[in-house]
Amino acid sequence: MEQFLQQLASGLANGAIYACVALALVMIYVSTAHINFAQGEMAMFSTYLSWQLMSWGMSFWLAFIVAVVLSFLMGVLIERLILRPLHSAPVLSLIVVFIGLLAIFNSLAGAIWSYLIKEYPSPFPKTSFGIAGVIGPHQLGVVVVTLIVLGLLFAFFRYTPLGLAMRAAAQNPQMARLVGVRVDWMLALGWGLAASVGAVAGIMVAHIVYLDPNMMGGILLYAFASALVGGISNPAGAVAGGFIVGILENMVAFAGNQIEKTTGIYIIGNGEKLTVALIIVIFVLTVKPAGLFGRVVVKRV
Amino acid sequence: MSNNKTWVLGLIVAALVLPLLKPVFPEQISDYRLFLFSTMIIASIAVLGLNLLTGFNGQFSLGHGAFYAVGAYTAAILMDQLNFPYWATIPAAAIVCFIVGYLFGLPALKLEGHYLALATFALALAVPQILKYRWLEGLTGGVQGIVLLKPEVPFGLPLSEDQWLYYFCLITMIILYWAAANMLNSRSGRAIMAIRDQNMAAETMGIDIALYKTVTFGISAAYTGIAGALSALAIAFVAPDSFTIFLSIKFLIGLVVGGMGSLIGSVIGGIFYVLVDNSAQALSQFVKNDLGLPFDLSAYTVFGILLIVIIYVMPMGIAGGLYFLWRRLRTAGAFGQRVPGRMQPQAVPSDRKPH
Repeated sequence: MEQFLQQLASGLANGAIYACVALALVMIYVSTAHINFAQGEMAMFSTYLSWQLMSWGMSFWLAFIVAVVLSFLMGVLIERLILRPLHSAPVLSLIVVFIGLLAIFNSLAGAIWSYLIKEYPSPFPKTSFGIAGVIGPHQLGVVVVTLIVLGLLFAFFRYTPLGLAMRAAAQNPQMARLVGVRVDWMLALGWGLAASVGAVAGIMVAHIVYLDPNMMGGILLYAFASALVGGISNPAGAVAGGFIVGILENMVAFAGNQIEKTTGIYIIGNGEKLTVALIIVIFVLTVKPAGLFGRVVVKRV
Repeated sequence: MSNNKTWVLGLIVAALVLPLLKPVFPEQISDYRLFLFSTMIIASIAVLGLNLLTGFNGQFSLGHGAFYAVGAYTAAILMDQLNFPYWATIPAAAIVCFIVGYLFGLPALKLEGHYLALATFALALAVPQILKYRWLEGLTGGVQGIVLLKPEVPFGLPLSEDQWLYYFCLITMIILYWAAANMLNSRSGRAIMAIRDQNMAAETMGIDIALYKTVTFGISAAYTGIAGALSALAIAFVAPDSFTIFLSIKFLIGLVVGGMGSLIGSVIGGIFYVLVDNSAQALSQFVKNDLGLPFDLSAYTVFGILLIVIIYVMPMGIAGGLYFLWRRLRTAGAFGQRVPGRMQPQAVPSDRKPH
């Protein structure tokens, strides 16, 4: 039972990370109908930035904030400089550009900081507490930080004029433009926010998976799965999807372990995490493309 | 267009004669160079496979590395476990990959644009892990992979191993290229391209879209799988970690640089990415020593920048760009007449945004 609870807790922590990256993906998808394949690598790059800042002597949280702000600028710049001119380009060209960004970020991080795996510190105290043994302090911290970030984002979109303008620009660009919303800049802001949320996810997960240029590959795949499970057009759904997929992932591994222990037959374990994500992605895409909470897309022909 | 044909024939003759010139230029045509040419040919076949699917049929795939891996492992397992002769593994890999591709094409039928890219991207990310699956370890050798023997020179021909490998790859390539060109120039080929250009009009005209799309997926996978099998023979080794997402990105580079929807472009693209990959070392040296930057620049930085730049300046790739240039010269030059070419640079399929 205790093992089960432990797995559940680590599923929650992973789920928080997936929720963040999935939310970043959904934010870009909702406003531009693009799937950003470079989201994971951008988050990885931000994490390296924060690592660099810390090695220059900043404290964790200061480096965290500076890295998140830098990521915001990076996202805005990418939208303005690279994607802006391609607004009416065909989907194929956009996917190619995203893959190009992925390759650039990955190889640049490798070039600047080398491909050696680095330790990444945890900002949370090491002491254990009441429910000791079930959830580690870092895992709990990750869940709390991501919940705070999600709450801030929710408040931003729900209660500020800028958030309202951004939602309007995403939902109906033409009407938004008519009432005076600068839709182009709203898109760039969306990219910036997505990059920031991704950065938070990267910084939080780096202590668990260690810092290396390929650290986000698997996480990005799980984030895709989360976004799809929750419905790729629904931000709240993406967050729920993140937690669902995170728990599901750990439960599958847990069940696999139990089966191996009792029957001695190995079916599935930690080594098959990406395969599980692949199955989720293809299953959701083919069986229920709208996800659990998404809007069913009706196409006029 | 006879002009195009002459070019291709000339290239083939040049490629066939090349190793025979060794006595004349012993320095230039070393065994290492020939091996490099073989890898270029293999890359071209892989890009050709991807082009059949993406360039001609309009289905996007970021996961062709997966089929390459299946082909390579099919060849390796057949030779390792069942003692197949090396040449027999090529058709075997083609069949296996056709089946795998066809099966993957079935769910892909329901997906368009971004979603198909997403599903194939997921496939590419998961491949190394699938290859390491514990139940397959007996076959695949797990993380260690499988070590093979290089193909031996048959019939006592006076060739070195690398020379024979070169010819073997070249002949495979010529057959595959010829088959692809004929297929595309047939009724089926026109149906494949009609699906890309006007999905609904094609359906109205009685083309079985589901059948054509899945079979094209299978054929495309078979081409890339053959390339994988050849690469297993050439390197004489397969291991799961050589089939990462970056392999699929390389194919994409070849496709975009060479030219989507152009057969000769696939060859250009394949040659191109092997060239860049191989000069990465020199490039890194140049950046470090001559520009004085403290970076180890890898080929992927160049690849990434090129992907973006080419989408901006030459969306039809090198083949498309050259064709445009050539037509400009023809129309502006002394001939003064426009030649209605068959190899029109086709527009990239314009998917509508999913709303």
